[in-house]
Amino acid sequence: MYAYDEIDRTLINERVTEFRDQVKRRLSGELTEDEFKSLRLMNGVYLQLHAYMFRVAIPYGTLSSEQMRRLAHVARRYDRGYGHFTTRQNIQFNWIKLAELPNALADLAEVGIHAMQTSGNCTRNITADQWAGVAPGEIEDPRIWAELLRQYSTLHPEFSFLPRKFKFAITASEHDRAAIKVHDIGLRLHKNAEGETGFEVLVGGGLGRTPFIGKTIKSFVPGRDLLSYVEAILRVYNQYGRRDNIYKARIKILVHELGIEKFAKEVEDEWLQMRDSALTLDDADVEDIRSRFTYPAYEKLPHMPDELKKAAHDPQFEAWRKNSVALHKVPGYAIVTVSLKPVGGPPGDATADQMDAVADLADKYSFGEIRVGHEQNLALPHVARRDLPVLWRALDRIGLATPNVNLVSDIIACPGLDYCSLANARSIPIAQELTRRFANHETANLIGRLHINISGCINACGHHHVGHIGILGVEKNGEEFYQITIGGRADENAAVGTLIGPAVPYGEVADVVEDIVEAYLALRARPDELFIDTVKRLGVEPFRERVYATR
Amino acid sequence: MTSPLQQKIKITGPSVVTANRTWDGVVIYRTASQGWSTDLSDAAIVRAADEARALLAESVADDVGAVGAYIAPTSSTSRTAARWSPATCANISGARASPSICRFRPKVSFHVRI
Repeated sequence: MYAYDEIDRTLINERVTEFRDQVKRRLSGELTEDEFKSLRLMNGVYLQLHAYMFRVAIPYGTLSSEQMRRLAHVARRYDRGYGHFTTRQNIQFNWIKLAELPNALADLAEVGIHAMQTSGNCTRNITADQWAGVAPGEIEDPRIWAELLRQYSTLHPEFSFLPRKFKFAITASEHDRAAIKVHDIGLRLHKNAEGETGFEVLVGGGLGRTPFIGKTIKSFVPGRDLLSYVEAILRVYNQYGRRDNIYKARIKILVHELGIEKFAKEVEDEWLQMRDSALTLDDADVEDIRSRFTYPAYEKLPHMPDELKKAAHDPQFEAWRKNSVALHKVPGYAIVTVSLKPVGGPPGDATADQMDAVADLADKYSFGEIRVGHEQNLALPHVARRDLPVLWRALDRIGLATPNVNLVSDIIACPGLDYCSLANARSIPIAQELTRRFANHETANLIGRLHINISGCINACGHHHVGHIGILGVEKNGEEFYQITIGGRADENAAVGTLIGPAVPYGEVADVVEDIVEAYLALRARPDELFIDTVKRLGVEPFRERVYATR
Repeated sequence: MTSPLQQKIKITGPSVVTANRTWDGVVIYRTASQGWSTDLSDAAIVRAADEARALLAESVADDVGAVGAYIAPTSSTSRTAARWSPATCANISGARASPSICRFRPKVSFHVRI
């Protein structure tokens, strides 16, 4: 966990005071909505279909149990008893009242949580691998660099009014769990030939209306130069990024139109002028941040304790363990993914009671720490393997032991037209229906790893472009239709999916997905060939034929 | 962004003006008595572009009471909602917006055309 210092606490508390005054002036009529809108957006407050929506940042996806309890408190006291974890390590409350928002913000500030960088054309919440600091084989904990970027970018005067929003993601593992290739800037920690730690910097990735996979702009930037290099990128974007057309304002469009070579040259020229400046990080700067992260005092524990051997005879436990439990860098410990995808439930939602219960379980079994992943699940990052059986039973009692992590029913979905004022179609009911269709665990296990992503509009908050099966809601003559893509992926081999044919109506989406899955089972070369690999090997045509032959 | 009042208004059937109440964001409808109601059955119904423009103009003028006003064609001429009203849903104890009948969907159910 990272401990905020006095500067952070002052910043957060001052923001609460400012926002309380702004809300007061808005409600009295002193501020018009036009004047107030940019102020509320700077505090994560949107106006959605039915109510205001309040988006709260969870920097690099790390929460303490105390912070999770406070989120539960906000859900219970100011909302309708639940919250929605998003694809960018935020949580959204969908029924919040403007008049009560300053109090909610103040309650969150007491535990170091805020809503800065969750909206507006600024640098957004810095996201990271949710297994940061515990994943085996990781170069180092990327959250130290994410925290540096957070401090650097928060309220940065030069970059608070960019042409458009700007998103960073960072990983330090070979396998990318942070989807860095679909971010404006993606950072991958690695070591160069001399053994020095630095970053591969990718730029221009993004989804939305015009999806692009990020391109490597520099294969190695030493850690000391990280801030100056990303500032050079931001400066070039701030200068040349389009402000006349919102749909062409993201950096991905600039990179695409200039070409990566020309864009890289602009950045290099800018960087050379500022490389050795106040932004250069010395070891003491990094160590200062590192020293404010606390790590558990791990015990020396066996990899296969008796408790685990005994529980292995229970097929239900084993089903959960195989999908939810991952290796930890410390022997005797495990990373546990907590599925927020129950059969028939809205993906990513957690009730206040569940949040409180997870906080208690984190205190008991995970050194008080919880992670939030972009797949809209939670993780307990430091669980002793001997505690896995008892943790599983506790999670099961609160409805959080669905054994479907990375399986077909582990669906990523945006709020869609049930909540969002931008959406053209519903996402949540599609996801709910699909989880019912694939509720049988044996079937889901037989299918294997398969990611379905659903977005209710072209803005792609559900990351449909990079779903193994992507579902995009569109409107045709006032009716909800859905375009289906296959072959997308968000990992280190990120790719944008291919459309398989004409959009299908709402009532046929689940049937189409079943058809695609059935085709896959018939076409795969062997039982362990994953869906995404079968699509890569055969292309979309066999799937297209299967889906549209009878439609 | 273009103001709602500057946008071309096309009316193809009975329509209402809907918005969110400023202090709490609840969905509200403009009434014939120049007020707001959370009940769609209280809404003023307009059938021509000029009427709609006038109703929208007076709605937008109430910047303190309401936010985000727009014209929404209704799917019914009987002044009853096609689904439960937000007010009804709000009163369901512990409702999580999951009952589909509470899923008020203006763009689909009302086919907003401004």
